[in-house]
Amino acid sequence: MMSNVAIKVENLSKVYTIGARREQYPTLRGALTSGFKQFMKLQAFRQIGNNSLKALDDVSFEVKHGDVLGIIGRNGAGKSTLLKLLSHITEPSQGRISLYGRVGSLLEVGTGFHPELTGRDNIYLNGAILGMRRAEIAKKFDEIVDFAEIDKLLDTPVKHYSSGMYVRLAFAVAAHMEPEILLIDEVLAVGDAEFQKKCLGKMGDVAQSGRTVLFVSHNMAAIERICNSAMILNKGKIVEVGNSVDQIIRSYLSNSISSEKPSWDNTGITFDSPYFSPIQLYLSDEQGNIKQSPIKNDDDDVWIRLIGNIERLDPALTIGFAIYAENHEMLFWSYQTDQAESLWPVLKIGTNELKCRLQPHLLNEGTYYVKLVGGLHNRAWIFAPSGNTPSFSFIVSGGLSNSPLWFSRRPGLLAPVLHWSLVTKN
Amino acid sequence: MLTPPNNTFTLPITVYEPSKGWLSLNLREVWNYRELLFFLTWRDIKVRYAQAALGISWAILQPLLTMVIFSVIFGNLAKLPSDGIPYPVFSYVALLPWQLFAGALQRAGTSLVGNANLLTKVYFPRLVIPFSAVLAGLVDFSLGFLVLSGLMLYYQVQLTWTALWLPFFVLLALLTALAVGLWLSALNVQYRDVQHAIPFIVQAWMYASPVAYSAGLVPSGWMRVVYGLNPLAGVIQGFRWALLGAAPPDELMLISVIMVFLLLASGLYYFKRMEKTFADVV
Repeated sequence: MMSNVAIKVENLSKVYTIGARREQYPTLRGALTSGFKQFMKLQAFRQIGNNSLKALDDVSFEVKHGDVLGIIGRNGAGKSTLLKLLSHITEPSQGRISLYGRVGSLLEVGTGFHPELTGRDNIYLNGAILGMRRAEIAKKFDEIVDFAEIDKLLDTPVKHYSSGMYVRLAFAVAAHMEPEILLIDEVLAVGDAEFQKKCLGKMGDVAQSGRTVLFVSHNMAAIERICNSAMILNKGKIVEVGNSVDQIIRSYLSNSISSEKPSWDNTGITFDSPYFSPIQLYLSDEQGNIKQSPIKNDDDDVWIRLIGNIERLDPALTIGFAIYAENHEMLFWSYQTDQAESLWPVLKIGTNELKCRLQPHLLNEGTYYVKLVGGLHNRAWIFAPSGNTPSFSFIVSGGLSNSPLWFSRRPGLLAPVLHWSLVTKN
Repeated sequence: MLTPPNNTFTLPITVYEPSKGWLSLNLREVWNYRELLFFLTWRDIKVRYAQAALGISWAILQPLLTMVIFSVIFGNLAKLPSDGIPYPVFSYVALLPWQLFAGALQRAGTSLVGNANLLTKVYFPRLVIPFSAVLAGLVDFSLGFLVLSGLMLYYQVQLTWTALWLPFFVLLALLTALAVGLWLSALNVQYRDVQHAIPFIVQAWMYASPVAYSAGLVPSGWMRVVYGLNPLAGVIQGFRWALLGAAPPDELMLISVIMVFLLLASGLYYFKRMEKTFADVV
């Protein structure tokens, strides 16, 4: 019967027009001059056809009440677009979405938090933004404060919070929403491991309580643990969907291993910033040729190459990458400003190509993610590690060490080969 | 939204499709989000004077200092006629609605871009944002009003029953700010030129309104009709009449009221038409 279905999506498509977005914000003068020309020739439509990007392409599926659906796919596969359409933030270009029940969405942790307001104020503000009633927030207030572990700082402006506390509080508010349908984008990539565990536990509870959850994540362990069905998206289309979660994950991982290039190319929807607009991020050799994944652990010609455009030169720009292990635990990050100032690469207006050598015998065997991070030092993030920023993955396999004993994956996230010697006392 | 036909399950159904044809205003949905409207307004007010040593006193200082400057330059030096009312009260009564309007317009005009992070991450009726930006000026206005009471006592201005009309003129000022704010905020999402133009618009608008001078200076006839196209002319004339017993509203007021409704209707139409693209473009 109808009543069994929570989400019904029919022939859903979303087309973004790119081009205008790539350069700059359109200006009135531009619209007046070029708009007039286009108007006369009625070419506006043709132009959209040329510079458009289908973020979702004729997608149909159904989710039953109580299902917890994990959505996986590469960057740009359409996962976030799907959640944005389901939460009505943006309008479909074609197709139809029917939702049976109230919808709550959590596409970002801490949306609308204001640094000048206290933790208490932000709980109410953020709750209201997420669609909770004031009475509902008041009822859950103690629970939220408890979960976030911030009771001592409740009346301090959140700008004085550590980033960990900030994230805990933000997640706590969202975790106490009670809609029938909950949409969650990759939000667990933030916070420390213990907190992630706590969040996962909370989400597990939500899933157990019979609510319908759509959960986008790169964290396969989390998907496997929480979800009872899974969907793979690729280039805006559904590749696979079903109830055998582990099998779908396996098929996703094996496909991405063989087909995924260790690179990210700007497709032009997001990430524009005058300080640094990324064009390409990839694994290369010293000459700049793209590396084939998997790479060997003892390969001493592995570079991470970052190409981007700078419009406004800011001396506080720090740009680099973070490397994550398979379970999405961050291993380290690195900026172009890591060393003494005299050794920093000198950036210029226009296109900059940066490279950074990844030393051999550092990582273990397995899949690693490289994610763009950067910002204006001590001022603002441009590419926050918690955000959905450009990233790619690559695989390390073989070449772990020359030792006859240690040639395959060792326990631990890293597998450096360290030098040992016997101390001889005279 | 409708209720599903089977009674066993009474969950709200929502359907999203590409919108076409006539737009509906859906003010009921805005009403459903009134708590969010309240919290956003409250945030604006609370944050505005955060970390300012003088805090909320700025709400009083701004109109008061402007009034002093106006009194010295326009009252004492230029000796502009003030309808027989002491110039400080005469200008302060106009400055109150003017600053309410100007502040609301400035905040509303940049409100959508200023809240871009909300637009791209959460759904709520987008009208809530300019609405709250406009409402956030009311606290400042009320504080400024206290000073006005003091001034009126000092200059011994008699209050009459006409003061009961005041809420109407306040509403007119807010609606004007909202109407123009709707236009500017939606345009600003597409064209960032707007936020650079806003300070200029506000400045020019002040000279086009009878803040420092009396509306009686504008000769009757077609010039007065044109003058009335500026709704603030009607609002300020109304304020002076209601509180100070200046010349009562005339045809200028009628034109102002009609103008507000035209601006508001067109502003709402444009805003609703552009609304669905906000999250993609901002």
